[in-house]
Amino acid sequence: MVTRIPFVALLALVAGVAGCAMEERVILLPEANGAPTSLAVHQGSHDVVLDRPYAATDLTISDPFPYQATPAEVQTTFGDALAAQPARAAHFTLYFNEASDDLTQESRAELDHMLADVAKRPVRDIVIVGHTDAVGTDQYNDALAKKRAERVKAMLVERGIAAGDIDAIGRGKRDLLVPTPDGIAEPKNRRVEIVVR
Amino acid sequence: MLRPIFAILLAFVVAAANAADIGQIKVSKGAVTIERAGQQIPGAVGTHVQASDVVRTGGDGSVGITMTDDSLLSAGPNSVLALDRYDFDDVTSRGQFDASLAKGSLAVVSGRLAKQSPDAMKIRTPSAVLGVRGTEFVVRVGDGH
Repeated sequence: MVTRIPFVALLALVAGVAGCAMEERVILLPEANGAPTSLAVHQGSHDVVLDRPYAATDLTISDPFPYQATPAEVQTTFGDALAAQPARAAHFTLYFNEASDDLTQESRAELDHMLADVAKRPVRDIVIVGHTDAVGTDQYNDALAKKRAERVKAMLVERGIAAGDIDAIGRGKRDLLVPTPDGIAEPKNRRVEIVVR
Repeated sequence: MLRPIFAILLAFVVAAANAADIGQIKVSKGAVTIERAGQQIPGAVGTHVQASDVVRTGGDGSVGITMTDDSLLSAGPNSVLALDRYDFDDVTSRGQFDASLAKGSLAVVSGRLAKQSPDAMKIRTPSAVLGVRGTEFVVRVGDGH
């Protein structure tokens, strides 16, 4: 007679082995704007690519085990981690009048948008990078770019943002938004780019 | 006599100031600590993080960090998250960001590094390496379901 291992014993064995390993799971989430997304998962000699929303893989046992997760599973297991997610960084660009550190008329409205965003954040970390167009020497444009960044910083400080939370730097004409030959006046290059985190 | 000691102290202070801030804690709830060069630092809101920091949360803890490449890492209770390596060139958006989750739960929104080049951002778990090509995902390492 063939010895039969009771099914229950087998189950217990499998559960025992699984119990030794750390449970590991990865779930790909949808992009905020519905764009395509993917995540490459490499485990030992196995590679799995997750490439649709809620595609998931369980890595607890040696082979990745793909499955389709649900928003409910994400909320149950990752609710605390997701609740602690900081606000996304916001990017703003302000433009300047030629050879000047005065904002253009339109950019004054954008400055107000930026201030509204800054006001919503409990801890701020703001980086202001000044740029110029390609008219003038490097030395002149480095100084002008820095002056533009410092001017915007001063506007923020005036409105109650701590100076220590703001970095203002100038990049002169090294990083043109619209590439032009040297000496060309281009309004879109006369700007500061601001990241609010 | 005091001069060499002063010079050493000064060198130490300069080194500490030069250690680059790579991100900032934006959200902190319950017990959150940062382990940096053997020291325990409270992980309060506003604290800057550095490469090689290990961020831990307690049973009631959670933490949210924004990196300088705009990526967001947030961890739930009982998590151990190591910021193993971080190089980010703000001009070119190139570099490398490696972090690892030894245990707990982690939500990730990748930033400029991953956008600039696939696999510039990697998250490790005890058994796997995740190469970030999209933006948002969650990872759990725990002792059973």
